[in-house]
Amino acid sequence: MTDTELDARDLAPVADPSLSAAAPSVDRVTVIRPAPRWPHLDLRELWHYRELLVTLAWRDIAVRYKQTSIGVAWAILQPLLMMVVFTLIFGKFGNFPSKGLQYQIFTYSALLPWVYFASSVNLASASLVANRGLVTKVYFPRVLMPLAGVVVPLVDFVFAFGVLVALWAWYHRWPDATIVVAPLFLAMALVTALGVGLFLAAVNVRYRDVAYTIPFLMQLWMFLSGVFYAFSALPEWAQLVLAVNPMTTVIDGFQWGTLGTHPPELDKAMISVGATATVFVVGLWYFRRSEPRFADTI
Amino acid sequence: MASAIAAEELSKRYRIGELQSAYGTLRDSLVSAARRALRREHRPRVAEVWALRDVSFVVPEGEVLGIIGRNGAGKSTLLKILTRITTPTSGRATIRGRVGSLLEVGTGFHPELTGRENIFLNGSVLGMRRREIQQKFAEIVEFSGVEKFIDTPVKRYSSGMSVRLAFAVAAHLEPEILLVDEVLAVGDAEFQRRCLGRMEDLSRSGRTVLFVSHNMQAVTQLCDRVLWLDGGRVVGDGPSSELVAAYLQSGHGSSSSRVWPDLETAPGDELVRLVHARVVQDGKEAAAVDVRRPVGIEIGFHVLHRDGPPVFPKLKVVDERGDVAFNAMDTSPRWHEPATPGTYVSTAWIPGNLLNEGFVTVHVAVCSLGLTKLVHHAGMHDALSFHVQDPGEGDSARGIFAGQWQGVVRPLLEWTTEER
Repeated sequence: MTDTELDARDLAPVADPSLSAAAPSVDRVTVIRPAPRWPHLDLRELWHYRELLVTLAWRDIAVRYKQTSIGVAWAILQPLLMMVVFTLIFGKFGNFPSKGLQYQIFTYSALLPWVYFASSVNLASASLVANRGLVTKVYFPRVLMPLAGVVVPLVDFVFAFGVLVALWAWYHRWPDATIVVAPLFLAMALVTALGVGLFLAAVNVRYRDVAYTIPFLMQLWMFLSGVFYAFSALPEWAQLVLAVNPMTTVIDGFQWGTLGTHPPELDKAMISVGATATVFVVGLWYFRRSEPRFADTI
Repeated sequence: MASAIAAEELSKRYRIGELQSAYGTLRDSLVSAARRALRREHRPRVAEVWALRDVSFVVPEGEVLGIIGRNGAGKSTLLKILTRITTPTSGRATIRGRVGSLLEVGTGFHPELTGRENIFLNGSVLGMRRREIQQKFAEIVEFSGVEKFIDTPVKRYSSGMSVRLAFAVAAHLEPEILLVDEVLAVGDAEFQRRCLGRMEDLSRSGRTVLFVSHNMQAVTQLCDRVLWLDGGRVVGDGPSSELVAAYLQSGHGSSSSRVWPDLETAPGDELVRLVHARVVQDGKEAAAVDVRRPVGIEIGFHVLHRDGPPVFPKLKVVDERGDVAFNAMDTSPRWHEPATPGTYVSTAWIPGNLLNEGFVTVHVAVCSLGLTKLVHHAGMHDALSFHVQDPGEGDSARGIFAGQWQGVVRPLLEWTTEER
């Protein structure tokens, strides 16, 4: 990582478009140094590059909705089809616990944050290798790529949320004021996905076979997250163990906000929040530590 | 005057293999780690190379600095460090001003997006503010000459069009410091000419320019000063005319034409001496050749006497990464007997649509057959070099595809398809 004094440049006048002008005043100084042993997150630099984050996310969204012929429909179909299958298998035949709600609305409200989380992890962990050309040709904080990876699926989430609104209307279960907590749990899913994505993106640069294990990992993870069963119906000890998986609290909390079910219990929520923080810090630390070598190894 | 770039003892170490494909599989790593643990083997020593070693220099504001050296001398590594793509292993550099480079042309272009969208994407990736791009948008579009297709996805552009658009964006970046790597600059002769033209404009307006090139004529013409790298170290730093002359004399410099006027000092032994060598295409000497048409490698040599073994001309073609594309020698019966003393000019024709695009070096030699290897009587490494270019008219091996094309060679194959 290099240290950059960037703020001065923001104050610099926009360069005169005509080249005949004298050399513009130079007030941006960059110091290039070897990578430090203990990386830190340069928030000022990230702020400086905020426009690029928006551009990268916008590019991925634009391409995604241009490439797939069904576009927006895919964002809705994916959780919707999973809901139908889960309802048939687990709801009708399995009689899985669903917090006393209609199984459809119960599982759909769990699938919303889950599908967001899973696609975020997928996109973020593939982000560096997919942008090989950028990594080897231009400098910018690489953190922006996994970050764009967890921002892009938010658009799908918004479309898929429309289905939940339809379900509210159908089952006459409009949420009350607790709806305000739902975005907090979505944010928790984002931070967790970013932590996992940062770690896997860096590992992916080094070991290309890791990418193949990610779909399997995500499938396993879904089984442990209470997507098609009520987490709160598990025995107490199992809940305490599974709370290490932040997605249990994310889903529980998201259902609290959108369906007015019981809020997540504090002890489990604390475990989950601790796990999210750990995953994020470890992921970020590993990413920043590997960052100086990305261009050489990718 | 203040310095635009001050580099202090920059060094960069690579582990061997890291330059090619460093990534492996986790499986392999785990297997070898387990094997080591079981047999109590030691971790194999990793060989290391210094791509750069203690490179120090200062570039005053407004200077045009040329960087010369053989392939692998560390020129590209130096540019990568100065553009912050990679970090140095030790040392530091202080840079005053925004750095832009013409080695990033087209970076971040997405084929699915329109020309308009790509201008914003590319500009933003290169470090322009959105407002800045908006201000220069009309100018960029006009410069590129693709107004009509600005709302068409770039995948429908010809390669010439997308290069023009990419270059228009890069050219409007207006950095205080411009880095140009000629070897990496894609595109045809026209495009390279525009790069050079833009460089001259920028330097005239007081910008600092770093120019990496194999074209010694361009270096002498454009640069005030030259930094000569060899084996990752600075071996010369001074006025361009002096250094270019020294570089060419050292035999490191390569060009599309070479003459050894003095038979006494020309490369060779008591039997054969080289007289000249050059690259030709379409009857003219060429530093840049069209990939689609044959290229002639002309070797002139003088045979001094009759009492030696039969000799024949030979060449070796090497690509810019140092990989041997092929060896070739003249096997015709005329060389089966010792040649009569005198001067010979042989031309080897490399077929069109054989070489890949890029910078090619040719080793020329006059040899005789030994028991297990060829005996070189006269020869020179890196004697000639030239750029192979694709004008992008769609009739070469890459068709209308404009992206990266791997391979030492790039033949245009005949395909047959039956429908069953």
